[in-house]
Amino acid sequence: MPEKFQRWFAGRGWSPRAHQLDLLQKARDDRSALLIAPTGAGKTLAGFLPTLVELSADTSPLPSFRLSPPRAARAAGGEKNGRAASSSQARVTSAGRGEQNSRGLHTLYISPLKALAVDIARNLETPIAEMALPIKVETRTGDTPVSRRQRQRRYPPDILLTTPEQLALLLSSDDAPFLFGSLQRIVLDELHALVTSKRGDLLSLALARLWQLAPQMRAIGLSATVAEPESLARFLVPQRDRRSEAADIVIAGGAAAPIVEMLDTKERLPWAGHSARHALNEVYELIKANRTTLVFVNTRSQAEMLFQDLWRMNDDNLAIALHHGSLDVAQRRKVEDAMAAGKLRGVVCTSSLDLGVDWGDVDLVINIGAPKGASRLMQRIGRANHRIDEASRAVLVPANRFEVLECRVAIDAVAENAQDTPPLRTGALDVLAQHVLGRACGEPFLSDELYAEVLTAAPYAGLTRTDFDDVVDFVASGGYALKTYERFARIKQDKTGRWRVTNPRVRQSYRLNVGTIVEDTMLKVRLVRGGKGAGKGSTGALARGGRMLGQIEEVFIEGLVVGDTFVFGGEVVRYEALAEDQVYVSRANDKDAKVPSYMGGKFPLSTYLAERVRKLLDDDQAWKALPEQVREWLSLQREVSRVPGVRDLLVETFPRANKHYLVCYPFEGRLAHQTLGMLLTRRMERARVRPLGFVANEYALAVWGLGDMSFMIRQGRLDLDALFDPDMLGDDLEAWLAESALMKRTFRTCAVISGLIARRFTGEEKTRRQVLFSTDLIYDVLRKHQPDHVLLRAARADAATGLLDIRRLSDMLSRIKRRITHRELTRVSPLAVPVMLEIGRESVYGEASDELLAEAAGELVKEAMERT
Amino acid sequence: MTAHAQFLDDEPAAARATVDAAGATQVVAGATLAVAGVTLFADLSGALFWEEQRLLVVSDLHLEKGSSFARRGVLLPPYDTLATLGRLGAVIARHNPRTVIALGDSFHDRTAHGRLSAPNRDIIAAFQLRRDWIWISGNHDPAIPSDLGGVVTQEVSIGPIAFRHEPSGASGEIAGHLHPKARVSTRGRSMERRCFACDGERAVMPAFGAYAGGLSIRDAAFAKIFGTPGFMAHVLGDHRLHTIAASRCY
Repeated sequence: MPEKFQRWFAGRGWSPRAHQLDLLQKARDDRSALLIAPTGAGKTLAGFLPTLVELSADTSPLPSFRLSPPRAARAAGGEKNGRAASSSQARVTSAGRGEQNSRGLHTLYISPLKALAVDIARNLETPIAEMALPIKVETRTGDTPVSRRQRQRRYPPDILLTTPEQLALLLSSDDAPFLFGSLQRIVLDELHALVTSKRGDLLSLALARLWQLAPQMRAIGLSATVAEPESLARFLVPQRDRRSEAADIVIAGGAAAPIVEMLDTKERLPWAGHSARHALNEVYELIKANRTTLVFVNTRSQAEMLFQDLWRMNDDNLAIALHHGSLDVAQRRKVEDAMAAGKLRGVVCTSSLDLGVDWGDVDLVINIGAPKGASRLMQRIGRANHRIDEASRAVLVPANRFEVLECRVAIDAVAENAQDTPPLRTGALDVLAQHVLGRACGEPFLSDELYAEVLTAAPYAGLTRTDFDDVVDFVASGGYALKTYERFARIKQDKTGRWRVTNPRVRQSYRLNVGTIVEDTMLKVRLVRGGKGAGKGSTGALARGGRMLGQIEEVFIEGLVVGDTFVFGGEVVRYEALAEDQVYVSRANDKDAKVPSYMGGKFPLSTYLAERVRKLLDDDQAWKALPEQVREWLSLQREVSRVPGVRDLLVETFPRANKHYLVCYPFEGRLAHQTLGMLLTRRMERARVRPLGFVANEYALAVWGLGDMSFMIRQGRLDLDALFDPDMLGDDLEAWLAESALMKRTFRTCAVISGLIARRFTGEEKTRRQVLFSTDLIYDVLRKHQPDHVLLRAARADAATGLLDIRRLSDMLSRIKRRITHRELTRVSPLAVPVMLEIGRESVYGEASDELLAEAAGELVKEAMERT
Repeated sequence: MTAHAQFLDDEPAAARATVDAAGATQVVAGATLAVAGVTLFADLSGALFWEEQRLLVVSDLHLEKGSSFARRGVLLPPYDTLATLGRLGAVIARHNPRTVIALGDSFHDRTAHGRLSAPNRDIIAAFQLRRDWIWISGNHDPAIPSDLGGVVTQEVSIGPIAFRHEPSGASGEIAGHLHPKARVSTRGRSMERRCFACDGERAVMPAFGAYAGGLSIRDAAFAKIFGTPGFMAHVLGDHRLHTIAASRCY
């Protein structure tokens, strides 16, 4: 490390950490590297050190060359020279007006959060100012003014901090070769979080492009601990000739092991539910006993409820705040600032805080409910205490008995530092379509060249030429078997075979719609003076305006009837009316909301933890580590039925209140169980079991019906092996997908990302009332007339892991094939109680159909009879 | 509460026995509507059949909507016309009407008929064989060319009933144009479907076209026609029609 840097470190009383020096060495060796480090290890500084050192060395003497955008060269057809020219373009010296001294862009920093980029920029100012380094750092986000953006393209800073979407936009401009030609390094922050979504796919394609424009560029990935660092390291270097290439891995050691405990509640442990209300007093006492506590919950509505409950008992007037992604931005900023200033004693928050905005000193993390995954839990715990050498402290608060098991195995996993992050994604075709259109907006491309380029991106290393060609065909004219849209093509091949955009409108539309985050349609929630039954669902006499409370998912509001109460913004509100994209609510005096809005967490229980839970159940010696109430519960289960084994599937059948129930325990998460429920009921219909409904939680699935399942199994008329046969993923799945609302939602996302339909039309954002066609209708028609269309393929690939979690279901069905243990019971078993309690409490899952309409029609009949 | 109730055992709210071309009897799901004293059969497909007159009415086919968007760079699947005509063919086969009225906005834009493929033109021509065919012009298709067969007009009156595209609210009127749809919610779940809107004196028909969107029957446009929401939504379910008070919908 140069002396200047050594002095700076010493001046702050620091010494460089081993991994920081390792990264410097990797940079000197011209290697790309993946740094794996826990929160608080000085990860960001490590990532920037090589850049700072190189740029500080580069300044003596000051850069003598001058640079301006190679406009003339481009106009003269310079772009055809392609790569060879592009890497030299950055060094072009031309004397013209408006030029200024610039070395060209040296380092790009990509963060998943806009706020993080801004935060990092501020943090970089300190070393740069204190060492008087002549380095220019700028951010570029959606909020950056147009004038600055233009300047950045002509006179790039040394370091540019931005997001994957902004990078995609920059790459789609035709001066991308100029802008990125000089690039030496790209730093990818929170890489573990980025690569699990389609944003990661988009970023990987941008990297592939950058490797062409700037072959000298090396990457540094910054990541929390993951299950498979080797596969993550592949993301950072170009994959060639189907060989697996990987960046060097640097692992930061020395983090103190966290101290994680499960709340040893004195209260009675609930059988079901997710609120952990039984432990409220204990949670409150923990907040009181610590300086600053982060309380994590899994969903927005849980956060709302807990916040409200804590304030109801807050006799000490502790400064407790609420933070979740649906709150108004200004309100969130206020909480963040108060937190940074050390003014808060507690913050109730959701995963909106999982990622690294600096929170100052947190001495305790409380996790309410199930941790869902070992790695997820470790990242949350890492939020406590940003100093690496002190142990983080965390308390897990299970909300019900099953969650006790999950918390227990999660604590063991943390102790073993066992990770369960998902494997690297296979690149999605809808994201590729967006990228292809983006490429055509910039320099025209040859199919062969672009295909070769895309293969260098790790998620797309296995992409077949057929899929690639189908995607290009889709981008050009829709990819339909019926070739009627050639004349409306968005991109066309010129005489040299290069694809280019057919008109500027296409380019404009691409720029407005770049990105892979397709939000649920959100509605603005406004607080108005309510009552008088004025609203009745449409706006009538109700006053417009009102204070904005935040945003809420449209799907949630659609399930409500006027007058229903729910918790939002920390209070119970009454649904008054819906108009355009505004939901009007009034303050309700009710203590409890009528509509429970748990709606399930976004993340299902990880396969890894699920397996550990099964092992724990199977090993009664290990039960000793469980609270007595839970031990009793399991022992009783063993007596009246049995405890599920590690590899088999326990199925119980029993009668109750004139209905017959089947409960099974796959432990594969709510999403996979819901899909299983849909498919099982289809089969049971055919077997004349006459199923009526089902409900799923993270651990179990209960199906009920009119047929006596115990009797039918005894008689051999219902064969459980056949019922659970993996072949249900064939025709039954196909038939269900035809009408599944979840599948239609998945398709909509693909349609938007791929650019088939626009999120925003040129010039304005359409409100939802102005949407002129529904993607559900398009799905129906396309599915019938061209079932192998590339968009349907993309949607099916998403369904495997997304809302339908089909892959996990499929793995489970193969695992338990011919390993079903059936217990015929006379009544509900102890283990079945939690899922049975969900009936009537949770909205029962099922595709709404005639039955729902019939119910509404029935009300009408009742009403009519009452009136007369 | 049941998530997956079965309707196989249930009788449809209304049904009509028909004899198809092959001579087989079949039961058609739907509901009966009364408009100004005339009894009409609302077919589950969204068509309306007046049995005495052997008259079939479909509204807002919006043919070639896909290619209309494609012209502007939104490359929707080009199968909508075929899909709509396929469903229309099925209703025609079910009821074997003597007269068919297409109640306006049969084509999505003024030049849409010019983009019809030859096979789709042939399908329309086949529909028109041995029956009267009336195109009522709508705001999307004010000028339907005569080479498409059938008669083009603004309005048709039969007995007490007037058929026109845009509803005026007059008694005895059957219109389209608004694409009524209804959303029904119960305990956290909801669904949205096309529907007939009817108060006994007048009716607005659902759009028939594969890509035709919808307008909530709680929109002010419906209040203008029906007055306060004292009208009914006859909602197109999967297997039958459901009659629900408009005030119960969103």
